[in-house]
Amino acid sequence: MAASEVDVFANEEKRNLELGGHVGFDSLPDQLVSKSVAQGFCFNILCVGETGIGKSTLMNTLFNTTFENEEASHYEHEVQLRPQTYDLQESNVNLKLTIVHTVGFGDQINKEESYKPILEYIDAQFESYLEEELKIKRSLFNYHDTRIHICLYFIAPNGHSLKSIDLVTMKKLDSKVNIIPVIAKADTVSKSELDKLKIKVMSELVSNGVQIYQFPTENEAVAEINSSMNTHLPFAVVGSIEDVKVGNKMVKARLYPWGSVQVENENHCDFVKLREMLLRVNMEDLREQTHARHYELYRRCKLEEMGFKDTGPDSQSFSLQETYEAKRKEFLVELQRKEEEMRQMFVNKVKETEAELKKKEKELHERFEQLKRMHQEEKKTLEEKRRELEEEMNAFNRRRVAAETLMGQALQGCSQQPFKKDKDKKNFFSLPSACSLTSGRNLN
Amino acid sequence: MTSNIRYKSRIPVKTEDSTEEKQYVGFATLPNQVHRKSVKKGFDFTLMVAGESGMGKSTLVNSLFLTDLYKDRKLLNAEERINQTVEIIKHTVDIEEKGVKLKLTIVDTPGFGDAVNNNECWKPITDYIDQQFEQYFRDESGLNRKNIQDNRVHCCLYFIPPFGHGLRPVDVEFMKALHEKVNIIPLIAKADCLTPNEIKKLKDRIREEIDKFGIKVYQFPECDSDEDEEFKQLDKELKECTPFAVIGSNTVVEARGQRVRGRLYPWGIVEVENQSHCDFVKLRNMLIRSHMHDLKDVTCDVHYENYRAQCIQEMTSKLAQDNRMESPIPILPLSTPDVDTEKLIKMKDEELKRMQEMLNKMQQQMHEKDQ
Repeated sequence: MAASEVDVFANEEKRNLELGGHVGFDSLPDQLVSKSVAQGFCFNILCVGETGIGKSTLMNTLFNTTFENEEASHYEHEVQLRPQTYDLQESNVNLKLTIVHTVGFGDQINKEESYKPILEYIDAQFESYLEEELKIKRSLFNYHDTRIHICLYFIAPNGHSLKSIDLVTMKKLDSKVNIIPVIAKADTVSKSELDKLKIKVMSELVSNGVQIYQFPTENEAVAEINSSMNTHLPFAVVGSIEDVKVGNKMVKARLYPWGSVQVENENHCDFVKLREMLLRVNMEDLREQTHARHYELYRRCKLEEMGFKDTGPDSQSFSLQETYEAKRKEFLVELQRKEEEMRQMFVNKVKETEAELKKKEKELHERFEQLKRMHQEEKKTLEEKRRELEEEMNAFNRRRVAAETLMGQALQGCSQQPFKKDKDKKNFFSLPSACSLTSGRNLN
Repeated sequence: MTSNIRYKSRIPVKTEDSTEEKQYVGFATLPNQVHRKSVKKGFDFTLMVAGESGMGKSTLVNSLFLTDLYKDRKLLNAEERINQTVEIIKHTVDIEEKGVKLKLTIVDTPGFGDAVNNNECWKPITDYIDQQFEQYFRDESGLNRKNIQDNRVHCCLYFIPPFGHGLRPVDVEFMKALHEKVNIIPLIAKADCLTPNEIKKLKDRIREEIDKFGIKVYQFPECDSDEDEEFKQLDKELKECTPFAVIGSNTVVEARGQRVRGRLYPWGIVEVENQSHCDFVKLRNMLIRSHMHDLKDVTCDVHYENYRAQCIQEMTSKLAQDNRMESPIPILPLSTPDVDTEKLIKMKDEELKRMQEMLNKMQQQMHEKDQ
């Protein structure tokens, strides 16, 4: 047993050995089971369907209990998701059940955005699980897993085919969650119509590439029943929590004037099949598929978005830690650069505004000067005019004085020659008025 | 805008007046004459059905008129319906019963409410109804009015899905867009998915919401006070039953030893004509046997008159603005009567009367003078 031989052993393939007697490790599954039972199970159902289509009633019927659910109104502006968590127990197995209802789905006149809240909710659950996984101090075994394990899509039985909104929504959801389509309120569809409807629905789903959940057929124990159930999709269900007397038993049924539809009668509807498949046979497989397929797909997309790669350019595997550190440094550098840029921009902007303000100031100043000059010029002209006016006034005054003196002389001449002609008389008569005028003037 | 008062339809009441035989004039035979003429002329009726795809509209129409109007119908796939627009398709059949001819036109609205975005999906329907009104308006105002074809929609059956808790926004919007243009009769479709309790709850809910949103659905005319009690009772029951919960069927099944129209389920047989199963019989009686003519009258007297008044008002206001515009229809300038003009008119009337009296007097005088 030299070191080299040990190496050789390590490189060889594993060998099959026969046991000599009973060792006892065949109890491993039982140990696992008892551990899981002690831990409790977790199951999350998403019910997507129109208001009033029977989602709450079907849940009540499936789990044989009454979950509190108030009637939704038709007048919601957008689709909302309402999750509710319950703790159920059946013969020492604990189940933490979360039921998520879509409120207001299919009620809006414009349904183009209807699928978005549902998609966001599913992604949010994946995101919180991813966060928990990536934490440094994490406790995955304690973590309440809220990822949706199954989406029950309720199809309204309008008799012909899927509605356009159904097709669009299922197409958006098929890569995120396991979808099982069910035909709701199936007591309005007669048998022949139901067969036609089922075929039509499945063919439409297939031709549009919608991937619904197929019950697994690898495990021999359940392969047969699963493959036969696969042919009965979509299940036509009727829900009821009222007990009606049929024969001499009390069964869950809906009582009509023409008969009673028994929920658990396989001839009447596929409720029993749904319950078998969903709860009794494939629950664990649904959880596994959610984790192994849908969640992994989400995780891969998310991490690739963030820039992580599994293998570097020279085909050597990175460790997450290194990649994370490198990313962080890059991010910080980027941050600093952006800060610098912003600061620079800010400074530039300030300078620009300052320059503008200065320019405006100069302009204002110029205008002020201009106005001042104009004002002064006007003042000058006014002054000149005033002087002219004064001169005129002086001239007039002088003329007036001259006229007065002339008149005074004329008067003296008049008193010395009393015998004058008419002309003089006129002058004489006109004189007093002139005198009175002047006297009046003088008074003034 | 004043809309005309509803026109009451009188069912001829037989009078037994043997004492007045001496003074028998004979116009009591008028109803018979009307009957004869109308049978000769024949009747026409236009019915519109609206509702989402798969509600059973075609089946119900076939059940109502006991014919098969929808042979070779192409139904679209879900993917084709994502962006579907509403079409208007007319089917016309001539049916006859006991010598009475009926030209029945069914207006179908495939694509309503089927697309993902149903904004204004009722617009093609309102446009169609307006078009028919407009065409009738033009014909009526034309020169040759002998053979006017009446294509106006007399009644619209609106199918409400039974899967919800009441009216949905698209139902409310549709009915509000159409309630002033056509008689709307809301129906609960596919009623075989509701137990009797649920039907009652849903009907109450829908009636409440119709009141709340102010939707004017077709109201049955009030009974005359001199009708017999049985009739009044039936009428009362009819009114309390709206909206009717209907089931339709194209197939005949064997139930209780009889062959009836029905739906066969593993748990029982739903009979379309059984009054305890659904309100199909009430709907048929109301629509065809008693109120068909009233529906036509309300369409002519109320909805059409509203449309006409609106149209004329628009036209006169346009003409007032633009005198050069020629109107295809001879119209008189619309004068909104106000108090002053009315007073003036009254005064002038009185004057006229006085003048007439004076004239008469003078004529008499002249007459006497001659004699």
